[in-house]
Amino acid sequence: MKERIKFTLNGKTTELDVDSDRKLLWVLRTDLGLTGTKYGCGEGFCGACTVLIDGEAERSCQTSMIEIKNRTVVTIEGLEKDGDLHPLQKAFMDNDALQCGYCTPGMILNAYAMLSNNPDPTEQQIIDGMEDNLCRCGAHKRIIKAIQVAAKSMGGF
Amino acid sequence: MKNENYLNLDFTDRLGDILIDRRDFLKSFGGGIFILMTISAPSVFAQRPSLPTDFNAFLRVGEDGRVSCFTGKIEMGQGVITSLAQMLADELDVDLESVDMVMGDTDLCPWDMGTFGSMSTRFFGPPLRAAGAEGRRVLLELAAEQLNEPIDQLVVENGIVYARSDNKKSVSYAQLAKGQKIARFASEKVPVKTPDQFKIMGKSYLRQDAREKVTGKAKYAGDVRLPGMLYACILRPPDHHAKRIAVDVSAAKEVEGVRVIEENDLIAVLHEYPDVAEKALSKIKAEYETPESDLDENTIFDHLVKVAPNGNVVAENGDLEKGKAEAAKIFKESFLDGYKAHTPIEPHTAVVHVEGDKATVWPSSQTPFTAKNEVAQALGFPAENVRVISPFVGGGFGGKTRNLQVVEAARLSKLSGKPVQVAWSREEEFFHDSFRPAAVVKIDSGVDQNGRIVFWDYHVYFAGERGAQHFYAVPNSRTMAHGSGWGGDPGTHPFATGAWRAPGNNTNTFARESQIDIMAAAAGMDPVEFRLQNMSDEKMRRVLSAAAEKFNWKPAKAPSGRGYGVACGTDAGTSVATMAEVAVNPDTGRVTVKRVVCAQDMGLAVNPHGATIQMEGCITMGLGYAMAEDLHFKGGRILDLNFDAYEIPRFSWLPKIETVIIDAKNDAPQGGGEPAIITMGAVVANAVFDAAGARIKRLPVSAERVKNEIKL
Ligand code: FES
Ligand code: FES
Repeated sequence: MKERIKFTLNGKTTELDVDSDRKLLWVLRTDLGLTGTKYGCGEGFCGACTVLIDGEAERSCQTSMIEIKNRTVVTIEGLEKDGDLHPLQKAFMDNDALQCGYCTPGMILNAYAMLSNNPDPTEQQIIDGMEDNLCRCGAHKRIIKAIQVAAKSMGGF
Repeated sequence: MKNENYLNLDFTDRLGDILIDRRDFLKSFGGGIFILMTISAPSVFAQRPSLPTDFNAFLRVGEDGRVSCFTGKIEMGQGVITSLAQMLADELDVDLESVDMVMGDTDLCPWDMGTFGSMSTRFFGPPLRAAGAEGRRVLLELAAEQLNEPIDQLVVENGIVYARSDNKKSVSYAQLAKGQKIARFASEKVPVKTPDQFKIMGKSYLRQDAREKVTGKAKYAGDVRLPGMLYACILRPPDHHAKRIAVDVSAAKEVEGVRVIEENDLIAVLHEYPDVAEKALSKIKAEYETPESDLDENTIFDHLVKVAPNGNVVAENGDLEKGKAEAAKIFKESFLDGYKAHTPIEPHTAVVHVEGDKATVWPSSQTPFTAKNEVAQALGFPAENVRVISPFVGGGFGGKTRNLQVVEAARLSKLSGKPVQVAWSREEEFFHDSFRPAAVVKIDSGVDQNGRIVFWDYHVYFAGERGAQHFYAVPNSRTMAHGSGWGGDPGTHPFATGAWRAPGNNTNTFARESQIDIMAAAAGMDPVEFRLQNMSDEKMRRVLSAAAEKFNWKPAKAPSGRGYGVACGTDAGTSVATMAEVAVNPDTGRVTVKRVVCAQDMGLAVNPHGATIQMEGCITMGLGYAMAEDLHFKGGRILDLNFDAYEIPRFSWLPKIETVIIDAKNDAPQGGGEPAIITMGAVVANAVFDAAGARIKRLPVSAERVKNEIKL
């Protein structure tokens, strides 16, 4: 059923007439043209589609449009502020925390939410927090490093 | 990639007969200095289907002084975008930032076989460097004329040529290239730099594509969106051997905005939104007839040995009978390895736009030129009417050498008259993947009183020759390969099989290095000492010693209870030795890999940092096939269809990883994208034996198997 859905997307108020049970992932990628959010499994297993909803990491392939009504969504495209990369993005670059890069947006946003809940995580907490985000290229070691570096440079978020 | 900058070139202009010779090929590229080169991989040119025939990559120094390298290789995470640029920048004396890589565009780049087999740096390196050196030479000749100085009195820095005597006398590459139209073949007469002259090669650089990838701007095939584009979902059978006997698409047709296309075997639902297409697809009712089969992940091995063809001799020396007579102990073992999926996080995807008798293709493919021909064939177009533009590829590992999805998108675009995107779901990816073949290795071997291997009789069934040949000093030895490591005659495998990161070598190395360990233990020797005692290959000895030093290996007979394992291997010209420390939970059999040390001799490491990352990637990915990955199936029905059923490595699996790259600057660069993965199965199995006395002869080394075998 089509419904008018109003939400905040990367800082901007957005209104859409969409079928309210369509998944956020596809609305972002097609209707809104924000292709930084990736499809990897469609079932909530891989985390490639991770976005922030009211600051929490959520899997957009499992999120219906109705669930984001009046809420705040941030995608990878919304992390850069006035041309400045977010410290996590910088740390992923500087620490080569990516190979093919396909899992990267989901990794960064998942880490973002994790750090906002726990600005100074131990290595084990990072591992636990990232456990359900999959990377096939095997960039894990450097992703952990990047998150540690970002946490430090953000000095407690 | 940088291709986007060239999309506005006049496409039609370069089609038809224009590709006929090299001058014409270059005609459309504007001014500048062109250096043409050939890749020397021996078999490559025999397969070349199209002109030009005498070069397959080139570089251009443009009129703006920027250097572009045009190559049919693609970037899928292995970092060639950076390492190839480094070689060029160094030879030309320009900074890395002024090099653009234009990759995998079949109109702009000359023909290339594909990106796989760790070949990019290996075969591309030397000609690319020669071309860079040639380019520098041409520029120096021009500069000599302009500055009125002999060539040997000129120096270059960052793309500016100076007179040695007076550095105010200078001219830039941009000025030199202006108005020129020079094309030269890389003669290889101009010497390339020696390692002590390297400024950029051999140094570590961050990835050139990182910024695009952390901001979500990097475009993969699924991110290509064209006006009017439709997303297609295709009806799939439940089993590879299922025959469709009835289908009813009427309910799907009723969904608003949906188009249903049927052509022979192909039934697809198209819509402007992929999720709507998917929903409509689920409304199609189809019935199938599926033949019974008792093949599954347990019965497949006997089947494979039964259907295997007679073997080819891969290597042979001495006399096996004589060796057997000398043996004090004989070991007869079989090793088993099941099917593995590639599971790149980006499933196979393609966008195809057919306009009239031309098609433009954006695929996630490791083989853009093959895709071009496949599309042409499927559409009945001449090949030159098809242009493939390669976006970033979200992981390949060998699986994206097949382009089924590209052909599907091409057919549907032609049939619908619209640009069409086919993006496989994860379930489709698991179903249509070309799996790493299940395989069996049977080894008969023996040692004498002193722990010397006196004979070795090796038979591999369906893992092929790659990595089958050992590197031990065995006086009587035979290596036979039965069937290929890629596939087999119909009736061999129940579904498609193909290359998987270091094809076959993972299985061969698992079997060989397990057998070596079994012999070492029986001989009462430390597994490293046993290997060194039976090894004359100097390169491998160096690598093994380097790993042992880094690991701080202390000799002990296995099982020592420490959980230490070792395995050696060779792949793509590179030698690798890996050591691991594991812990085994005695109640559950669960294995935790705590530490992995990997040493590698890959000749000149063009980008050691990039090579290190590739090694870490191999080790991490390799944990998957070593400890968990094993495809479940029943006949042609794949039972593992998503990541809940088919487990791949996660953060918590990560051991402490330490890598060593042997300094071999004067040797030609060898492959780096695959070798470190081949030892992972064996090193884990051997470490588990050392920890718990459990000898696992079938991959993966799963908790259940270990639990049943625990002896300590
Ligand atoms: S695509 Fe959403 S979790 Fe995998
Ligand atoms: S970098 Fe390729 S999947 Fe993570």
